Amino acid sequence: MASIEIDKACVDFPIFDAKSRSLKKAVLGAAGGKIGTEGRVPIIEALREITLSLGQGDRVALVGHNGAGKSTLLRLMSGIYEPTRGRAAIVGKVAPVFDLGVGMDPEVSGYDNIMVRGLFLGMTRRQMEERVDDIAEFTELGDYLSMPMRTYSTGMRVRLALGVVTSIDPEILLLDEGIGAVDASFLEKARERFHALVARSGILVFASHAEGMLAELCDTAIWLDHGQIRDRGPLHDVLAHYKGRDSDEPPAQAPVEAESR
Amino acid sequence: MPPTSPTTGATTGVTAAAAAPSRSWQRAFADLADGWRQRPLWGYLGWQDIKQRYRRSVLGPLWISISMAVIAVALGVLYGALFQQPIEEFLPYLATGLLIWNFISGCILDGSEVFIDNEGLIKHLAAPLSVHIYRLIWRQAIFFAHNFVIWVILFLIFRWQLDWTFLLVIPAILLLVINGTWLALVVGIVSTRFRDLPPVIAALTQLLFFVTPIVWNYDIFAANPDVAERARLAELNPVMHFVEIVRRPLLGDPEVLRHWIVAIAITLVGWGVALLFMRNYRARVAYWV
Repeated sequence: MASIEIDKACVDFPIFDAKSRSLKKAVLGAAGGKIGTEGRVPIIEALREITLSLGQGDRVALVGHNGAGKSTLLRLMSGIYEPTRGRAAIVGKVAPVFDLGVGMDPEVSGYDNIMVRGLFLGMTRRQMEERVDDIAEFTELGDYLSMPMRTYSTGMRVRLALGVVTSIDPEILLLDEGIGAVDASFLEKARERFHALVARSGILVFASHAEGMLAELCDTAIWLDHGQIRDRGPLHDVLAHYKGRDSDEPPAQAPVEAESR
Repeated sequence: MPPTSPTTGATTGVTAAAAAPSRSWQRAFADLADGWRQRPLWGYLGWQDIKQRYRRSVLGPLWISISMAVIAVALGVLYGALFQQPIEEFLPYLATGLLIWNFISGCILDGSEVFIDNEGLIKHLAAPLSVHIYRLIWRQAIFFAHNFVIWVILFLIFRWQLDWTFLLVIPAILLLVINGTWLALVVGIVSTRFRDLPPVIAALTQLLFFVTPIVWNYDIFAANPDVAERARLAELNPVMHFVEIVRRPLLGDPEVLRHWIVAIAITLVGWGVALLFMRNYRARVAYWV
């Protein structure tokens, strides 16, 4: 059974940059006493005291302004970031889908990309071999699948990536808005596959601004604000609350998160 | 909190021993074991790295062997003349040394960038850190295999005497690979945290080449009373012992127990350090890249 148990988890990013990501600083710091130790590195608190518990069948929307920590929370749930304080226990096969194209190589064929993208998503070689025909059919790429991916148009690449992503069997499916960007161009067929994927997944957490998509896929929601959980509950209540606050509080607060992607 | 046994299947990435705290031996070992299970992934990626480098070239990865052969012959002729060594002895000696050295330096140099270069993958995919290390070692092993062709060709030309000790090449190469793994891991973690290190490491590696008996022969210098004292300093160079344990069986030279003992001791200490680093900094790498 898939589950995500997060208890008072914090994610603090040290910002080294020129200040301390050099040995010189640490060495000088050690010699001089107080300067340049890890404790003096400026820290960005991307997530503060997050406590939540998700289990089989949960379909959770993650809403919040840009920089509220949605992507970071997804990465915490996927185990990419382990909490700097507090704890996170994730049980189950996680499929983080934050970026459709990550792990794909323009220089190799579509077939090879299907395989490697699947392996990256935690599938086995055999599982992917079973799915190749299905994916090939969905993408309608035909003979192009034997060509290097750099010869593909953007649309073809998206189709290939979607074909693979929607073919997997995750226990925990984590979707970032990157996938929402495809919403508009979603063919009816892709939509069906997408729904089937979500239906197969034990847990879904979906970060997006696209309310239509959220309403279709999720029933509960978490509102993240400045790295903290502001509200949670049934999707519509949280969305109403979120949008209500939205109007009297302009979104352009100082971003808590300094992450580039 | 439900007790979570490490129920990680063959396909699961990061979730083994998820209940254990981030800084624990359990998580460090689980990372190494989970990464190992993802052989299809890093096996594919390692091959792809090689193919990528020689993409659209007619000879493809054969260029690895060719460039190695060119360097070995050029250096062999030059230094053979300088040291007044018979070419049929010196060329195999040099080529075999280079073969081993290329693997070691590859592990160090690629190791210093292994996590930095894979930032995208580390931040987007919940894969064990060790996957990137195994991919690197696998890639270097493929390079090694290509370079080994040169040794075979030289052997067919010069046909030096080999005896039963040749079999020791198997444990020797195994030790080499096992040490390359901890080395890449440690260098990778430290370099990710301190970005000044990759250039420092590159410079030191170049230096290391000259203080390792590859173009020069330790036995010859050690036998020369004028330089014996200084030559003996090479014993302090850990790389020398690995070069010796692999090279001697390949050349049919008599085995020296001392090199084996030092190599095994380094293996144990090195892995001790690597495991400690894995325990303490494994979870930090995603924050540092």
